[in-house]
Amino acid sequence: MTKRGHREIIVEWLIESVIRLCGISAILFVFGIFFFVFREGGAVLFKDFKFGEFFFSTAWYPSSPSHVRYGTLALLAGTFSVTVLAMVIAIPFGIGAAIFVSEFCGPKLKETLKIVIELLAAIPSVVWGFIGLTVLNPLIIRLFDAPIGLNVLNGGIILALMSVPIIVSIGEDALKAVPDSYREAGLALGATRWQLIYRVLLPAAKNGLLAAGLLGVARAVGETMAVLMATGHAINIPTSLLDPVRTLTATIAAELGEAPVHSDHYRVLFVIGILLFLITTVVNLTADLIVRGVRKK
Amino acid sequence: MNAPTPNIFAATPLARKKQRREQLARAVFFTMALLLVVPLVLIVTYLVVQAWPVLSWEFLTTNPKRGMRAGGIWSALLGTFYLVGFSLLVAAPIGILAAVYLNEYAKDNWFTRIVNLAVINLAAVPSIVHALFGLGAFVIFFGLGKSILAASLTLAIMTMPVIIASTKEALAAVPQSFREACWNVGATRWQTIRHVVLPNSISGILTGVILQVSRAAGETAPIMFTGAVFFKAIEEGNLFAYGLRDQCMALSMHLFTISTQVPDVPHGLPFATAVVLLGTVLFINALAIILRVWLRSRKKW
Repeated sequence: MTKRGHREIIVEWLIESVIRLCGISAILFVFGIFFFVFREGGAVLFKDFKFGEFFFSTAWYPSSPSHVRYGTLALLAGTFSVTVLAMVIAIPFGIGAAIFVSEFCGPKLKETLKIVIELLAAIPSVVWGFIGLTVLNPLIIRLFDAPIGLNVLNGGIILALMSVPIIVSIGEDALKAVPDSYREAGLALGATRWQLIYRVLLPAAKNGLLAAGLLGVARAVGETMAVLMATGHAINIPTSLLDPVRTLTATIAAELGEAPVHSDHYRVLFVIGILLFLITTVVNLTADLIVRGVRKK
Repeated sequence: MNAPTPNIFAATPLARKKQRREQLARAVFFTMALLLVVPLVLIVTYLVVQAWPVLSWEFLTTNPKRGMRAGGIWSALLGTFYLVGFSLLVAAPIGILAAVYLNEYAKDNWFTRIVNLAVINLAAVPSIVHALFGLGAFVIFFGLGKSILAASLTLAIMTMPVIIASTKEALAAVPQSFREACWNVGATRWQTIRHVVLPNSISGILTGVILQVSRAAGETAPIMFTGAVFFKAIEEGNLFAYGLRDQCMALSMHLFTISTQVPDVPHGLPFATAVVLLGTVLFINALAIILRVWLRSRKKW
């Protein structure tokens, strides 16, 4: 082998190693995230941590001088209520829009709508929060005669608008994945487009649509700035849409700056982080499994 | 032959009912799609109208003054520029090479599946968890302190999946025959990638990079505890006013601060900040979209 050949092989090997290293970096980062969040929060878990209190108590008094309590039930309820409301709005609208984009409109309109949806997805969460604060807040006060417009309703609407784009785009993919022969068979039998959608496409694409919904949920659960600004910062279990709440994410964002580094309070905030990490991971992996199942068929 | 023959092509009641339902369904779905467009237009218009009196060149180039109740956004604008720039420097090479690995080298086996799952999962980790990670890893463990460096690294890891996803798509769009032709003339794998695959997918990769920039510019939570501060005055007009180990202001964080933390801010100020932030992000995104459309129109294969 010539000298040039040797050098080429070495260069090739070097570059391939770098590429492989970058390739597996995503795994390293995911484990890194879990490791470092756990490293900061873990200590409190092994020091008579009250799991019962953590999950089932509504008492969140992290900086009380006499009896400190770390109960996240009210925060969980906050996240849950806002997410559920957001999904009640976003899933029908998202899937409806996906159906329109994929089945009813011509190529030009389709392109335009997809661009608008992409731009909608690009709006930063802090701007959404600002919109909740300055646009929806006075609107809710006027329409519902509520004392304050920063509440479950406000956060739910904002989160719905934020998670609709992902639902539309995944939902449209799911509808696109239904073979055209299904559509042709339906049309040949004399079905209208609505009958086709209702009887053929929706059943055929239901897994993909489910995955779209799940990804919307993951987006809503993990959202921070928008809910921090729009839900009104009161730790309680909401009994109506007009009650202010506070979510898990907002609690971390609001309190991490004030909690002394490596205090119990600081560590508990990291434990909430671990909880959020686990929730979104499980939801996302489930959605991925469902989508993969669809593709295999 | 006098008996009238029924017109067999006339619409039966059933057919009419079907037609009505079809129209109804169409209208409903159209409204649903329209309701996605309307908020975007309304929101942007409202923000711009409210911000208009404050927006000026001076607003962009002066520091916030009097406890952020007056002045402009210069130090926040420059801070965002630094954060995005450094996060791009880290995320772009690693992200592009990761996509090259996944599309060109990785075999279709369980390990590759795990890597793909990791990328999906990385994209789905909530931004506040990235913030916790950045604080625990870069600020505390690696001892970078709260700095532009720590914040950019956090942003880089958070936005990397955007680059990986679009680069992978761009690479996959290069026909396999191009690679085969190159291998057949004796090129190695890397030579093929370097001289054939990458040049043919560069626009798609660029789209991903642009989207990463837009994403990084808008994020607030990950930088809140890793390097962004409420207030910092810097020399006006000096593009090199921040050092890598300094803390900085950022547009997104500044919007959060003046709309929630500071009392008695004049009405137009947060609106103008929001419009600058939103304008920047939407403009960058529009660039990516234009690039993509242009690219599709001149595709050779």
